[in-house]
Amino acid sequence: MAKTIAPNNVAKSNRKWITGYSIIGLLLFITYQFLLPWEGLPLGIYDAIYRWMPPSAINESLVYIIMALGLNIVVGYAGLLDLGYVAFWAIGGYCAGWFMSEFFYFLNINFLGSVPAEAPGIHINFWMVLLIGGFVCAVFGILIGAPTLRLKSDYLALVTLGFGEIIPQVFFNGENFFGYNISNGTKGIVGVDSIPVGVKNLGPFDFGWKLLIFLLLTAVMVFISLRLRRGRLGRAWLAIREDELAASMMGVPLMRTKLSAYAVGAFAGGLGGVAFATHVNGVYAERFNFTISIFLLAMVVLGGMGNVWGVILGAFILSWVNGNGLTAFGQLYNEQFGTEIDFASFTFLLFGLVLIFMMLFKREGLLPESRLKLMLHEDELDQIDASSKSGDK
Amino acid sequence: MSNILEANDISVQFGGLLAVNNVNFNIPKKSIVSLIGPNGAGKTTFFNVLTGLYKPSAGNIVYDGRDITDLAPHKIAEIGIARTFQNIRLFGLMTAQENLLVAMHSHLKSGITATILRTSKQRKEEREAEERAQEILDFAGVGKWTYEFARNLSYGDQRRLEVARALALNPKVLLLDEPTAGMNPQESQIFIDFVRKLIAERDVSVMLIEHDMKVVMSVSQRVTVLDQGEKIAEGSPDEIKSNPRVIEAYLGKPKGSK
Ligand SMILES: Nc1ncnc2c1ncn2[C@@H]1O[C@H](COP(=O)(O)OP(=O)(O)OP(=O)(O)O)[C@@H](O)[C@H]1O
Ligand SMILES: [Mg+2]
Repeated sequence: MAKTIAPNNVAKSNRKWITGYSIIGLLLFITYQFLLPWEGLPLGIYDAIYRWMPPSAINESLVYIIMALGLNIVVGYAGLLDLGYVAFWAIGGYCAGWFMSEFFYFLNINFLGSVPAEAPGIHINFWMVLLIGGFVCAVFGILIGAPTLRLKSDYLALVTLGFGEIIPQVFFNGENFFGYNISNGTKGIVGVDSIPVGVKNLGPFDFGWKLLIFLLLTAVMVFISLRLRRGRLGRAWLAIREDELAASMMGVPLMRTKLSAYAVGAFAGGLGGVAFATHVNGVYAERFNFTISIFLLAMVVLGGMGNVWGVILGAFILSWVNGNGLTAFGQLYNEQFGTEIDFASFTFLLFGLVLIFMMLFKREGLLPESRLKLMLHEDELDQIDASSKSGDK
Repeated sequence: MSNILEANDISVQFGGLLAVNNVNFNIPKKSIVSLIGPNGAGKTTFFNVLTGLYKPSAGNIVYDGRDITDLAPHKIAEIGIARTFQNIRLFGLMTAQENLLVAMHSHLKSGITATILRTSKQRKEEREAEERAQEILDFAGVGKWTYEFARNLSYGDQRRLEVARALALNPKVLLLDEPTAGMNPQESQIFIDFVRKLIAERDVSVMLIEHDMKVVMSVSQRVTVLDQGEKIAEGSPDEIKSNPRVIEAYLGKPKGSK
């Protein structure tokens, strides 16, 4: 028989995670900022960290996590399939490229930037560019959402797919966009401003400090996700995911609510894009390809749609395997057995297999949202229910 | 004006099928009226028109002195026409409380920023909404299931929760589509009492689609009979019972003859 307890995920407080998150974040930061450069660190540990999780890799996975958290709002919360999320990554990236570099060399605008005032180009403070990137993406989210969200989900997926192809292509061929150079095309925008944090400016190699900043951005996304989820808007998203028709009959404006999911998700895409630009110290059009959208979607699904912790786990695992884990494993394997297998080339085979196995055996993801688990294991639950009922007598 | 809702000359066409044909229907304030008819008569379709889900191919709907024919479904819900569904359509993986809070969506105001920052205004609004939800849940007799997922409730409780969810919209018109379907006689009786209490205590009118004649005849002030999309009779329960056309079209059939 059903019991009256507040189910997980519903009444859980927001505060508890902050402590745990801070501790883990601080440990990571200390490891990479202080332990790694420390002379006394045993060479074995130093090598191991550099082989399995070098500073640049952990920062890159944090960028993926930020993006995946944004996509989770669209896919996991509101239940809208988005196959073109990489577009927001690109737009965010180019916001950083435009407003934090010498790209517009013929201009001289400097707003609290981290470079000398006379430097050519637009140099806006990193923290503001973050917001700009976020809001520009949100606007684009609304622009593509408005005409397309009326479509049924399959068609919507196709349109987002197109959007995810078009935007990177525009930048790819952006050397001459109606007569203007908006992206340097394939050459990309090389070099973006360092991140001012008061005491110093963080350049491309300040991995430890940037780790801290990316951790902060991730925390902000987690915070936003959890808060929104528990509020008026989050409930409406869930209701739409559950039953769109019933939601509209209960006074939920479908278009507005879906659009807000798109906008918030896109905002996170913008944050991730700006963060990524500072991470790789530039913006390169060829990096924003379709596989990224699928990759992000796989992270959300693997981790557990709708649960931020699951999404973080999924994004971390997949970006690690993709970025470093598989190569490192391959090296180890080849050293051990004297083979010369190119493990990195099997990345997508591995992802494919993982996804198939997940769909077969653990459809709800690694750390599922309790609601979704309930839905996907309906049959088993019914059986348990039935057996416990007969056991009652 | 004594009618809260007036539907004038409503027709609904699905391709070649005229599902509702030129039907006039009004709902007086604080009343219980019923719509009956054999399967496929167009009853649910008529509900779908009133709630804006389908647009009528002809006719107009006036609610509280305002033409709502072209209003979007969520707007119609917001201004006070709430419904339940023939096949229960709760948000199964949301708690009973959340189901009601979703229905309050249009009456709550907190936006994205207020929710993220958890302003005192937002917290107050949420708290008051939760209290009101609890009141309605108690009123509907499902007050002990506040934090239970809707899908875990028993069938009867799900029906009650669906009514509670509709009430959370603070409606002036409540449309119930076969609310006692699948209930046993005792449960139906409890439900009838509940609807009566509703009318007595709240400023609401109820329109009922119902197959169970016992329920219809005992609770309705007026009964309208639909057959193949056409209104064939309208009157007090007693008049309907003795109307020969109704008996022929509906009560005469084995299904309705209990
Ligand atoms: N969306 C639709 N598209 C096409 N035909 C429809 C649609 N909805 C309903 N109909 C048809 O309209 C007619 C009336 O259906 P409706 O559901 O309104 O009947 P009903 O009176 O509610 O019947 P029941 O007692 O079985 O619930 C039926 O013939 C049905 O098949
Ligand atoms: Mg029906």
